[in-house]
Amino acid sequence: MTIQFKDESFRGDFTYANSPSNIPRFPFPFPGDEYMYSTNIEPHHAARAGSPFENAFDVDEHYVAEMKDRALVLADDPGRCQALPHMETAGWDFLELVMVSKARDYPDLFKLTMDGDRWHWINKPLQIDDTFTFGDSSTLPCHPMEYIGRQVQGDHAILDQRDGNLWMDAGIITAQADWSLDFDIGMNFFEWHAPVPLAHELGVFQRALKFLLTLPQGQPSRRLNWTLTVNPRLDTSPENYPKWGPDRMTVTPENIGEKVHLRVELQTFWRLPRSNAILFPIRTYLMAMNEVVTQPKWGRRLHRVMRDLRPELVDYKGLSRYHPILVEWLSQFDDGAPTSPGIFPD
Amino acid sequence: MSASDHLIPVVVSNVVEVNPIIKRFEFKHVNGDELPAFSGGAHIVVEMLDDGTKRKNPYSLMSSPFERDQYAISVRRDDTGRGGSKFMHEQVRPGMQMKISAPVNLFALDLRARKHLMIAGGIGITPFIAQMAQADKLGVPFELHYAARSVSQAAYMDSLADRFGDHVSCYCDDQGESVDLETLLSNQPLGTHVYVCGPKGMIERVVETATSLGWPAAHVHFEHFLAPPVGEPFEVHLAKAGIDITVGAEQSLLEAVEASGTPINCMCRGGACGQCETVVVACDGEIMHNDHWLDEEQRAAKQRIMPCVSRFRGKRLELDL
Repeated sequence: MTIQFKDESFRGDFTYANSPSNIPRFPFPFPGDEYMYSTNIEPHHAARAGSPFENAFDVDEHYVAEMKDRALVLADDPGRCQALPHMETAGWDFLELVMVSKARDYPDLFKLTMDGDRWHWINKPLQIDDTFTFGDSSTLPCHPMEYIGRQVQGDHAILDQRDGNLWMDAGIITAQADWSLDFDIGMNFFEWHAPVPLAHELGVFQRALKFLLTLPQGQPSRRLNWTLTVNPRLDTSPENYPKWGPDRMTVTPENIGEKVHLRVELQTFWRLPRSNAILFPIRTYLMAMNEVVTQPKWGRRLHRVMRDLRPELVDYKGLSRYHPILVEWLSQFDDGAPTSPGIFPD
Repeated sequence: MSASDHLIPVVVSNVVEVNPIIKRFEFKHVNGDELPAFSGGAHIVVEMLDDGTKRKNPYSLMSSPFERDQYAISVRRDDTGRGGSKFMHEQVRPGMQMKISAPVNLFALDLRARKHLMIAGGIGITPFIAQMAQADKLGVPFELHYAARSVSQAAYMDSLADRFGDHVSCYCDDQGESVDLETLLSNQPLGTHVYVCGPKGMIERVVETATSLGWPAAHVHFEHFLAPPVGEPFEVHLAKAGIDITVGAEQSLLEAVEASGTPINCMCRGGACGQCETVVVACDGEIMHNDHWLDEEQRAAKQRIMPCVSRFRGKRLELDL
């Protein structure tokens, strides 16, 4: 399969869009007509050819454009990429995992040749051809986490494991749904999840932590999370709130189909071998409402989920200002017919 | 899903008699592939097919984490145990095919440490051999204090002293030598982490001494290398499966559940990781909690059991499996 990489923007004129063939492979996050938190973790096995779950690190038509957007964010704000001093080994683990996976899964795009510790890496879409010594950071232009983080879609946090907890001790985070690495760096699992409503009472985080602390090597897991974003903007960070916060005032019944985007995070969890840390990729997929409703099942279900969403979640996800018009707009795509189980389109 | 569902096929590439009670076993991937990378302190679970009984015992990896063409473990023979170490010593020969789990680390180095202080007793030396290779490569100061019963039982003592020189101090009981914990733990630079692996009494002494000297708990690490104990056979009812099973004298409850084909999570098989924690539906009798996972309150409540190491004595035990 050859991927046609798009030239598009996630800011300014917002030319980002999904090709018709890319729409059905969107990871629609609602397996049923109602939504509530759950520890919805499943094994990250290869699943369904053509879906974003087929490969360890999904590469799609937005790859090159997303990496350009990341470079812009990092040039403006180097604080989006930070690693505490003890996280260098974990950075190498991350680099190895991505290179080995991509070279295996996309041999026409990526190539890795290993001669002992001497590695040769070719990334054709980004026109990178580098040779370096694995484990020796002086042979790379930057920290191994930053080097590979600039070549893989999605944000990546690396969690150190100690004292029966996980610690947000490194990350490259430029496409986040309103959280800040600079603020969270060094925090433990309960500290950085403190702002999330309802889930604490349900014991979700206790269970999730217990699961992650014993995550075995070679058996990654995944879950989907979601929110809505106005305009296809990847960088909705607290640091840049003045740039994107006001976008929410611009939603009208006339432009809602193109302005409001379903923002889905494919979160995966990987035990890293040499550092014993956990790699937490947060891969964001954006799809305009107009694109979502091209799949009748998704249009029906999204209307039902939005209509019945708990008020705490409407508020936490920052949807309050346009939630009523969205529900009204979506209702035209819901004829009341039953929807089939699962997330994939009919 | 459990770690032992994803086993790696290996061939025994070497068996070395280290001393009369300890043998070293080396494994290579059957296809000659690289084995998974790991961190010092990790263990693997070795599956043993012993005359119809399937045993799975955890053993610390002692080979260098930077060497991926083979793994090495050392096994101390325990003739009063369940038979796993006896099987390894008597039945396992070079060329034999076996299965092992991917590495799991419940005893990792704290990579923030300014110095690693390692204290080993007997066969508890094995995880430190891998950790020293790791600390050495990372360029972080470390020190090993290794105590054994006798010169003849002190596995790898000479080779470690040769390899790491001043970083290694050795103590043999039969020479009247012992670690002066009070002095050792009083004279460490700020930012030192201490790690202890060995007999229960040694772990307790190190933890108590460190605590009384004001060491922060987060800087004190220990690994109980716990094998499931033997005991009297007992009956268990598995409520969801609707079956009764018998746990043999030399079998663990976890192994008996697995042998019945009933699904159960597990990972370390040594009472430490918490994966196999199971709800007790009914208990008329005494649970022998042998794990390091449940706290005192949970043990007393008799509502949870760790089937990998714990046993039962009494009239009826019913589990939510």
